[in-house]
Amino acid sequence: MSENFEPVIIGFTCNWCSYRAADLAGTARVKYAPNVRLIRMMCSGRLDPTFVMKALSGGADGVLITGCHPGECHYIEQNYKALRRFILLKRTLTQMGIEPGRIKLVWASAAEGVRLAAEITKMVEEVRALGPLNWNSEQVSVSSNQSSVISDQSPTLITVH
Amino acid sequence: MQRLTIDPITRLEGHGKIEIFLDEDGNVANTYFQIPELRGFERFCVGRPVEEMPLLTNRICGVCPEAHHMAAAKAADAVYHVDPPPAAKKLRELLYSGFYFTDHTTHFYALGGPDFIMGPDAPVAERNILGVIHKVGLEIGGKVIQARKYGHTIVEMIGGRKVHPCTSIPGGLTKGITEEQRKEIEQMGRWGIEFAQFSIDLFNKIVLGNKAYVDLIIGDIYTHHTYYIGTVDEKNKVNFYDGKVSVVDPDGKRIGKYAANEYTEWIAEHVEPWTYLKFPYLKKIGWKGFVDGKDSGVYCATPLSRLNAADGMATPLAQEEYEKFYSTLGGKPVHQRLATHWARLIELLYAAERIVELATDPEITSPNFHTIPTEKPTEGVGIVEAPRGTLTHHYWTDERGVLTKVNLIVGTTNNYAPMSMSIKKAAEAFIKKGVVVNEGILNRVEMAFRPYDPCFGCATHSLPGQMPLQLTIRNAKGEVVEVVKRD
Amino acid sequence: MSKPKFAMYWAASCGGCEIAVLNIHEKILDVDANFDVVFWPVAMDAKYKDVEAMDDESILLTLFNGGIRNDENEKMAKLMRRKSKILVSFGSCACEGCIPGLANFSNVDEIIDTAFHTLTTDNGSEFKLQTHYSVPEGEIHIPTLLPLLKTLDQVVKVDYYMPGCPPESHQIAAVIDLVIQVLQGKATLPSPGATIGVGNSTVCDECKRARNEKKIKYFTRIQLTHPDPALCLLEQGIPCNGPATRSGCGALCPAAGAQCIGCYGPAEGVMDYGSRLISSFASVIDGNTPEEIEKVIDGIADPAGQFYRFSLAGSLLRGSKTARS
Ligand code: SF4
Ligand code: SF4
Ligand code: SF4
Ligand code: FES
Repeated sequence: MSENFEPVIIGFTCNWCSYRAADLAGTARVKYAPNVRLIRMMCSGRLDPTFVMKALSGGADGVLITGCHPGECHYIEQNYKALRRFILLKRTLTQMGIEPGRIKLVWASAAEGVRLAAEITKMVEEVRALGPLNWNSEQVSVSSNQSSVISDQSPTLITVH
Repeated sequence: MQRLTIDPITRLEGHGKIEIFLDEDGNVANTYFQIPELRGFERFCVGRPVEEMPLLTNRICGVCPEAHHMAAAKAADAVYHVDPPPAAKKLRELLYSGFYFTDHTTHFYALGGPDFIMGPDAPVAERNILGVIHKVGLEIGGKVIQARKYGHTIVEMIGGRKVHPCTSIPGGLTKGITEEQRKEIEQMGRWGIEFAQFSIDLFNKIVLGNKAYVDLIIGDIYTHHTYYIGTVDEKNKVNFYDGKVSVVDPDGKRIGKYAANEYTEWIAEHVEPWTYLKFPYLKKIGWKGFVDGKDSGVYCATPLSRLNAADGMATPLAQEEYEKFYSTLGGKPVHQRLATHWARLIELLYAAERIVELATDPEITSPNFHTIPTEKPTEGVGIVEAPRGTLTHHYWTDERGVLTKVNLIVGTTNNYAPMSMSIKKAAEAFIKKGVVVNEGILNRVEMAFRPYDPCFGCATHSLPGQMPLQLTIRNAKGEVVEVVKRD
Repeated sequence: MSKPKFAMYWAASCGGCEIAVLNIHEKILDVDANFDVVFWPVAMDAKYKDVEAMDDESILLTLFNGGIRNDENEKMAKLMRRKSKILVSFGSCACEGCIPGLANFSNVDEIIDTAFHTLTTDNGSEFKLQTHYSVPEGEIHIPTLLPLLKTLDQVVKVDYYMPGCPPESHQIAAVIDLVIQVLQGKATLPSPGATIGVGNSTVCDECKRARNEKKIKYFTRIQLTHPDPALCLLEQGIPCNGPATRSGCGALCPAAGAQCIGCYGPAEGVMDYGSRLISSFASVIDGNTPEEIEKVIDGIADPAGQFYRFSLAGSLLRGSKTARS
């Protein structure tokens, strides 16, 4: 594995908390690793496991999902839903040979910019140690009978390299 | 050296081919029967829950999914050490008899029968089901379609679906049948008995009434002296669904019977590096190559084998035909492969009689069709008789009932070695220096493996239906000098 | 006037799709009346060479079933594509890989090694299978397995999809009717890329079992319970794939007391079948803490197999990491 491997991590972040946290981190000049491409969702409950599959098959080395702390979701219970999906998804991916360290769920409030930055840095190092995922899907084209599911929040996904 | 490649139609693009090498004199030097496909069920079933095996292994073969469904269900019962209630076993056997009825009908009328009814030298265009119908009357065509439909209906009523049944689970079934369904099945069974008798009469008239055919059947070319295996009940009568596997030697003497969980003492599989399929043989005798005789572990598992390995049929009408079969052909065992077609019809009759027996069993509509397993799952073997040979599924699981290892010995595979031998022998007999390899020769080689009803859905597949061949003759340099093909 | 040409071909298939077509019974005669059947290995002589000799796009309609497991399957897919005007990906194997696609959890070496080292295999000499092998009389060969089983549309462009393992015969008959009507100018073809012979909702929508939006505290297994015959299986804890699976079969399996295992593939608009099913299962789980949730899903014995049973090869990931090594 090459020494200057820079992992690419896709971060799906909730608009109300962690996206602001990250934003805050940015404005406060808290440094976090530049390897994460953040994609804003209205809520972690919006996370469709398809996004994660698409990110991994499209070349991401890891996926980070963030949301408001339990009990603090703006849409009441949606982050519990995210948690259930996440746990199921992670088990599935483990069976597919994808190391657990590549998929993370972090709760962070809008005020926790520093903590979030630290989590991100930690994850980047972990994934760096795991090496590139290199999901060589030959091409990412999907059967044309299926309409596009990736919605407006995620155009950046397609161009991840 | 010349070389002939025979690609069965269904396998022309990769499902099974025969290479025949000729020596400098133009006689057969050797033949290779290759199976070019492997899907890897033994690998990818590992990690799957055992209750899914009857649904996953279905997809090994769309011609005999019922056989895999049953063998898998029985292996899963064994893994859980659970004994399904009597109604469940009877329902499974009823489903299975319906399947046999359809399958044997298809084979006789569409695949094996035309050779006899129309004659091996009849023009190809006539040597098929349509030719049969023209010769014996349009009404029969309707009956054949009806017979297939009835069998499928029984499968669907009990199995929930037409092609890949879904109702067998460890400990029994997910559903039973109603009194109306029972009645309907009984009626179909009664009609089936008549249909089977009619088919046997037809065979008697057309084949046994013709000396040339009888000579062909009892002649040497299509004869192999091998061991035979087949499942029998406690009274040593043929059974498709359950019992012990009886093994008889080339003299017809029973050398033993094994229960499902003893199969590894009896069966081993030889491998060759040039084919994806293995060659099962009798372990106690050993692999001596593709040869006949008592010292060679090659065995055969077909309708003929089942009759040879048993002491009779469990139903009265089939028993009568069984006795007639052996008295006509000079006693047990019968080694002539072409007699397999006749044996199949006797089994057809048995299947129909068994449908009626089971459909009139007072327990068949019982709502008690499933026993919940209570023991820890471990390891288990399930065996049924697939139409094309004894089918063995062997599973190992962890304590959650998730597969850790799988071994499958599927129907057609049993006959891979004897089939290869039959092909070689027919090729040697018919392809000789100075003989023009024509379409009639092709058919005679083809006739050598047709009695086995090879279905490489198990290995790969080849469906009931016409199976014409293409034969390419190459000279020593590998150049094509002649192509013989049937249209 | 000559009739339009019809073909049906199987690649790595179990043959069940062919049986399903033959099971349309008398409708087969309509095929015969309206088409010139030029290539159909199960029903007639192969004439492989004849297909090669045909003009490109001279076959109007080809139903292609079976997955792409080896190089010969791939070659045939390309040939049939070239010769056909309308190529239908027929059956679950061609559409999404089906059960044989579960092989994409392993790599090819593991698959072959397993087959040749089973308990009963006598492989003392430890040979390696050879696709080109020299026998004393000459060289013989068999096709080479591809690293991953592929769906038809991963190899060639497909015009229509017809899922199901196998597609139900009444659906096949309906599709054949439609094509005949198109030929007679009485109907138009669906838009390219459409999925045909199916419903446009989910198996749950066709299922007669009552659903009550109930959350579950545990998953169980079909053999370990006697489910209520009138209630939704999933709500009784039995992992049923109905919510993510496309309608079309009439919910046969739940009607017969068994869970839907997903043979009709992803419902309309679903890009990745397993992802959709993960969401569906997640929504019935009762639990808010990681511990509670983990405990519930411990009851799913084989998550990846459950979620991708029929569609691994056609999924976004296509197979496991091992299969790619
Ligand atoms: S889709 Fe199902 S029925 Fe069709 S070939 Fe594949 S396994 Fe067989
Ligand atoms: S989950 Fe299964 S049982 Fe429940 S409604 Fe859907 S298809 Fe029917
Ligand atoms: S219920 Fe599900 S598994 Fe059964 S036939 Fe319908 S789609 Fe296939
Ligand atoms: S709004 Fe932040 S997780 Fe729901």
